[in-house]
Amino acid sequence: MKFSEQWLRTMCDPPLTSEALREGLTMAGLEVEVAEPAAPAFTGVVVGRITAVEPHPRADRLRICTVDVGAGAALTIVCGAPNAAVGLTVPCALENAVLPGGVVIRRATVRGVESCGMLCSSKELGIDDDGSGLLVLTATHAPGTPLRAALALDDTLITLKITPNRADCLSIAGIAQEVGAITGAPLTLPEVVAAPVTFDGVRPVRVDAPDGCPRFVGRLIDGIDPAAPTPEWMVRRLARSGIRSIAAVVDVTNYVMLELGQPLHAYDDRQLEGDIVVRFARDGETLTLLNGQVLELDTDLLLVCDEKKPLGLAGIMGGEHSGIGQDTKRIYLEGAFWTPTVIQGRMRRLGFTSDAGYRFERGVDFDGCARAVERATALIVEICGGRPGPLTNTADATTLPRREPIRVRTGRVARILGVAIPAATIARVLTQLGLPFTRDGDDFAVTPPSRRFDLAIEEDVIEEVARIHGYAAIPATPRPHVARMLPDPEATRSRHDLKQTLVALGWQEVITFSFVSSATEAVLGKADGAGDTTATPVVVQNPIAAHLDVLRTSLLPGLIETLCTNVNRKLPRARIFELGRIFRRDGTAFAQPLRLGGLAYGRPAPEQWGEAARPVDFYDVKGDLEALVAPGILVSECGSHPALHPGRAAVLRLDGASVGWLGELHPRLVRHFDLPHAPVVFELAVEALTAVRIPVGAPVARTPLVRRDLALVVDDALPAQALLDALRGASPAHVRTVSLFDVYRGRGLPDGRKSLAILVLMQDTSRTLTDADIDATEARLVAVAREKFGAELRR
Amino acid sequence: MSDLATLVAKAHGEFDACADPAALENAKARYLGKTGALTELLKGLGKLPAAERPAAGAAINAAKQALEAALEARRDALATSRLEAQLAAQALDVSLPGRSRGGGSLHPLTRVQQRIETLFHSLGFAVADGPEIEDDFHNFTALNTPENHPARSMQDTFYVENAQVLRTHTSPIQVRYMETHAPPIRIIAPGRVYRVDSDATHSPMFHQVEGLWIDRDVTFADLKFVVTEFLRRFFERDDIEVRFRPSFFPFTEPSAEIDMAFGDGRWLEIMGSGQVHPNVLRAVDIDPQEYQGFAFGMGLDRIAMLRYGIDDLRVFYENDLRFLAQFQ
Repeated sequence: MKFSEQWLRTMCDPPLTSEALREGLTMAGLEVEVAEPAAPAFTGVVVGRITAVEPHPRADRLRICTVDVGAGAALTIVCGAPNAAVGLTVPCALENAVLPGGVVIRRATVRGVESCGMLCSSKELGIDDDGSGLLVLTATHAPGTPLRAALALDDTLITLKITPNRADCLSIAGIAQEVGAITGAPLTLPEVVAAPVTFDGVRPVRVDAPDGCPRFVGRLIDGIDPAAPTPEWMVRRLARSGIRSIAAVVDVTNYVMLELGQPLHAYDDRQLEGDIVVRFARDGETLTLLNGQVLELDTDLLLVCDEKKPLGLAGIMGGEHSGIGQDTKRIYLEGAFWTPTVIQGRMRRLGFTSDAGYRFERGVDFDGCARAVERATALIVEICGGRPGPLTNTADATTLPRREPIRVRTGRVARILGVAIPAATIARVLTQLGLPFTRDGDDFAVTPPSRRFDLAIEEDVIEEVARIHGYAAIPATPRPHVARMLPDPEATRSRHDLKQTLVALGWQEVITFSFVSSATEAVLGKADGAGDTTATPVVVQNPIAAHLDVLRTSLLPGLIETLCTNVNRKLPRARIFELGRIFRRDGTAFAQPLRLGGLAYGRPAPEQWGEAARPVDFYDVKGDLEALVAPGILVSECGSHPALHPGRAAVLRLDGASVGWLGELHPRLVRHFDLPHAPVVFELAVEALTAVRIPVGAPVARTPLVRRDLALVVDDALPAQALLDALRGASPAHVRTVSLFDVYRGRGLPDGRKSLAILVLMQDTSRTLTDADIDATEARLVAVAREKFGAELRR
Repeated sequence: MSDLATLVAKAHGEFDACADPAALENAKARYLGKTGALTELLKGLGKLPAAERPAAGAAINAAKQALEAALEARRDALATSRLEAQLAAQALDVSLPGRSRGGGSLHPLTRVQQRIETLFHSLGFAVADGPEIEDDFHNFTALNTPENHPARSMQDTFYVENAQVLRTHTSPIQVRYMETHAPPIRIIAPGRVYRVDSDATHSPMFHQVEGLWIDRDVTFADLKFVVTEFLRRFFERDDIEVRFRPSFFPFTEPSAEIDMAFGDGRWLEIMGSGQVHPNVLRAVDIDPQEYQGFAFGMGLDRIAMLRYGIDDLRVFYENDLRFLAQFQ
């Protein structure tokens, strides 16, 4: 809501500076978004009237004007404006005037003629951008009047951010009411008297939808002059609210909407056939708007019609037959109350908005229709002449909004706000706000006025009390600490713990958009730990950009995109991870599990003197993931994944359950994304990583720990994990550890065979193991390896 | 006996001139060997008259001991210098950098989120979470924002399938938490949120932190204390000014917009808040006459920008690793 501060002050004029007034509005909940001067600073400019115009003897485009500036002799001014003419009233900058931008006007000789000032365009005065000619003022301004006073330029244009609950502040009267409540300054709302009826024509009104239209006020005004000029003051106030003057009747309806908040509509009576009918649109009905757009109407749209055709969308916008022409002599003026719920959402669906619809969907004073129509009538008659017909006021009391008294308890005010506000203060605030109430001791019964749509429950009134009393007056005091301690489960690894571990291992966290490109998703395949390759991503119906049209089914797209943008910036190495949700269909619902994904690219460590250069590989990343899940044991098995190199892809398991995948990006994708070499990528289900065991501190055994190394020669294709699992499964209780410490291929071994060096640690906590025990254990393990995998002991 | 003194002095000189153990052993042989000068003197004792022998013997022995001590001292000196030479040869360039695995870091938004969680944890607030694809009920209706309510246009919503939306705020987490927990409730809920908006101060995906405290008597004054305390602790400045300004949110009544200033009177809008609307409590079967409390929602990105001097929100999501590396 943008408006002139001067206009506001005609209704409520507190003894405050503009700045203090704006601060007061903001702190009462009417946030001042913008405050700008009506015109930039300038001095020495007065109203001038051109009394003579002579051609310049030595310049075709210049003329010599004689200008009456009130007191003293008329001035001679050389002027180049094309519209300079005898009789025009224009701004005249006197000698020593200072124009916007600091230009000082001096007496000067222009091609031999002395010029004693300057006639100005509105652009030169910074009022608007029109520099095509002199700013033409109405002749009513007396020469010599300071221009700033004549045009009321010492004004501030204020833009308020009105919250959706305060439609009553979408008018100057409403804001004035609020200023009165904040400051206690008296209120002078425009005086409205019923126009004397001098014409007996009536257009009957039939409301077929009283739920949507509880009140419809209208009247005919006959014999107007449609071409009468809108007065300068009205044009100015409209302009300062950002509304362009069109013609007097339309200007008046807009003016009254700004002044009182009631949107009005004026019809050319010649276009109307029979009664006015208010009804919902019929199936298949269409309406042509003023701009020629044809709307197919849904049946929940309320229409103002005559007996033959729809005239307009009730409360939103008029149709092609609803406008005023240049030869309109008789108008029908409408001021109705439309129930907010029949307006709400309709404009969004139709794809346009209007000032009227904006107000009606939030709620307009349902007792103010007749007053607004009378106000507009008076202004139209004053400007355009005409004879008003009788006012018709079609109302259905049963469908008008209810205004039940709200019980407000002084004790409840204190309980909600945390500070006691005396009943007398509450009473004073309610009075200032113009909220009618009755009082029974500390209890109030407050009846919301018809202009307020935000007061329904006790808390609503408590907010009003707090707002006017001042939020600043509520203390911020700590309460005594009586809280219980929060649980802190030790057997849980938090998301932050996971992130912190990766960071300590040298990984950089990234945060990428949850929406990704469907094209990228398709290229990467269904990159999901569950191995489901059929599901398609969840689609965003109204994406912010074409390449952000689906929700990610994996963290991979964001990680790869991050890598690509950084590789384009010549970054040679990246270790990045993200922890976030992915999105999948799950029947008609959606699964949104948390995933931890990562990508390693370039050397395993930054370029440095002590490490040889090589690309990061599967085992570098697996080592970090092992550290991440420790003391859990991460097991990786051959797996397949559409985005991974088929020979370098693994399913990751923890305690037997699949928890994610790890591998090298498929060479096809490495080419697709134009990467110099392949990154290693992984994704883990966060849920599977959260459980950790609480350690048990058993005593350390005092018996000796015995080590035996077994070099077992097996087929090259045998996964080491299979051998380890078999040896561990066959180990007696005194075997503490079976682990792999070397892999050897080459000289001394047949082709297609490899030697796995296994370390076996044995210890019995109750006795010292004998050589016989140790040898028997070793023999047993070798035998198992031989039986299961054809392993031979390498000597 | 001046011969003996001369001999000892000469031997000292020769020992000290030896540069290695072999030369020293040769020098030793010249004096203390089988035919060494001192040995010869000892052998010559027998030719002296008996009365002179004891004194001469003692003198020669003293000279011998002096020579042996000198010899030992020289041996030690040679060994020490040899060790020093060896160690010098093994010296490292200790100024070389250590082996590095590369530094990682948390994303600045995570850093801020953890900080916020820690601060609120100290006031007894637990952390809650919820889905990002939300249904209409949790994102709007239960928050007192029915279909077509003009307040819905305050937030431009992303729609997905089956009439579900990407949550426009973290407030639905409040609703979900209250559906499953009875008061007293004290939570914060950080997370991603989505709105159809994109410029230097808006990203279609950004982060909020929701706060909720419900008990029998949690008041607007408590809200003022908690938020003011938080802002001062978060920014570690006691001169932070905080002001509460009446505003409107469908899910709070009274509602307040909260502005802060770093002691310079320049107000920055930092969060929305208010006493939870009775309709929200009713929607989750909590009796608003018995329980009440406050909720607030702040932009995590905004607070991170203020903390780390960042003026463009979009850098958080561009993931330029050179930018992120500054947060180690």
